[in-house]
Amino acid sequence: MTALVPHSWLNTLGIPPWVWDPLSVSLRAAFEATIVVAVVGIALGYVLAKGRFPGRGAIETFFSLPMALPPTVVGYYLLTRLGGPGPIRNAEVSLFGHPLTFTFTGIVIAQIVESFPYCVRFSRAAIAGVDPRFEQAARAMGLPQWRIALLVTLPLARRGIVAGVAMAFGRALGDFGATMIVSGSVPMATTISIALYNAVAYGPHHQAMVLALVQLGVAFAILFGVSRLGKVRPW
Amino acid sequence: MTAALEVAVARRIGEFDLDVAFTVESGIAVLFGPSGAGKSLTLSLIAGLIRPDTGTVLINGRTVTDCARRIHVSTQDRRIGMVFQDGVLLPHRSVLDNVALAVRQGGGRRERRAIARSWLERVGAEGLADRRPGSLSGGQRQRAALARGLAGEPALVLLDEPLSALDSAVRAELRQLIREVIVSSGVPAVLVTHDAEEAEEIGDEIIVYDDGRVVGRRSVERPTPPRTRGNAPPESGVSP
Repeated sequence: MTALVPHSWLNTLGIPPWVWDPLSVSLRAAFEATIVVAVVGIALGYVLAKGRFPGRGAIETFFSLPMALPPTVVGYYLLTRLGGPGPIRNAEVSLFGHPLTFTFTGIVIAQIVESFPYCVRFSRAAIAGVDPRFEQAARAMGLPQWRIALLVTLPLARRGIVAGVAMAFGRALGDFGATMIVSGSVPMATTISIALYNAVAYGPHHQAMVLALVQLGVAFAILFGVSRLGKVRPW
Repeated sequence: MTAALEVAVARRIGEFDLDVAFTVESGIAVLFGPSGAGKSLTLSLIAGLIRPDTGTVLINGRTVTDCARRIHVSTQDRRIGMVFQDGVLLPHRSVLDNVALAVRQGGGRRERRAIARSWLERVGAEGLADRRPGSLSGGQRQRAALARGLAGEPALVLLDEPLSALDSAVRAELRQLIREVIVSSGVPAVLVTHDAEEAEEIGDEIIVYDDGRVVGRRSVERPTPPRTRGNAPPESGVSP
């Protein structure tokens, strides 16, 4: 994977490649995973909040499983499904020319699975919490259901949805277990969590300290941003 | 002559049992009665927000609900306007946007906004067009809600206790406005209230509710009869 910023720039800024390379992999993977998670997760959250169909609870429980499972278990299933013999692996080879395990795309998939429940649950709760009278008023105004969703429900639920997307981004960025099992520690596809693990296991230890501090700073920024979203006046 | 509204519905919710039948020929009909008598539930059944267990609803002769024939026209397709107790204006949209969203007439965005602006003028709220609902007083919100309820050229306007959250001075002012605007627009209306004075001042006809039943009905004497459109089609000149 190419670096997001040339190393000469980073040298000027005093940021060593052993910090920036894994950080840029983490940020890019988390960003790509979050885009997928946001689009699919908000849509599923809407369906779960508004739909009345059998199996709704089972669907929500299934997609929430990664929240309750150790990430290593999620990683194991992804490794065996994506990398083991079978139709999924065959599809990967025909589409990409190789299996997705131990690749950057594998990291993104692992992060999608790990962060998806946060977006779905936050979105579902925020959408279900919208005062139904606003939607009733919109129906009386003659707006079709898709316009009500776009013009009324989602804007009114936006704070919870944005918080869910931010939490999903944070979860994707901080994932270790699933990412480690799916991607291992391939050069240029090593996230900051894995780089930290490598530094602790094999040294140098000062790198572990710096990488941990960077993770801490990023996590603080995300959580602070989410808490600010909760304080801003809605309109 | 086709009635503006024909209702014969029954609906049971828990221990409460609603079973009502009435017809509104034209003008403003008031559903009057104590809280919990089933007035607002009736409005929701007319609007199609709730389905009755049995019965029919016809608006301008068009069947919009018929349980026996499994007909349930969606709220969007009933051509109704609704005014809720506290306005229920979309808080993330300007007052003008709120009204313009309800304009069903064709044309582009500019035309719809022009129609919305003219309705705001008609209810004395032209100065509020760019304000957000959160910054409005209760009376201002209800003026905007009234404009929104009428802007879509509805076949019927439903007003669910539109004045009950307001103080007495504003209520008196808005009673007159509601009656004037609805009568001049010619759209038949059903208004729910538990305030006897409000029922007398706004309504042409009062339908008395008690415990889920219609227990009385009478016309309100007025010096000059209201000019209502009756059963004319909704396209026939509701625009301001």
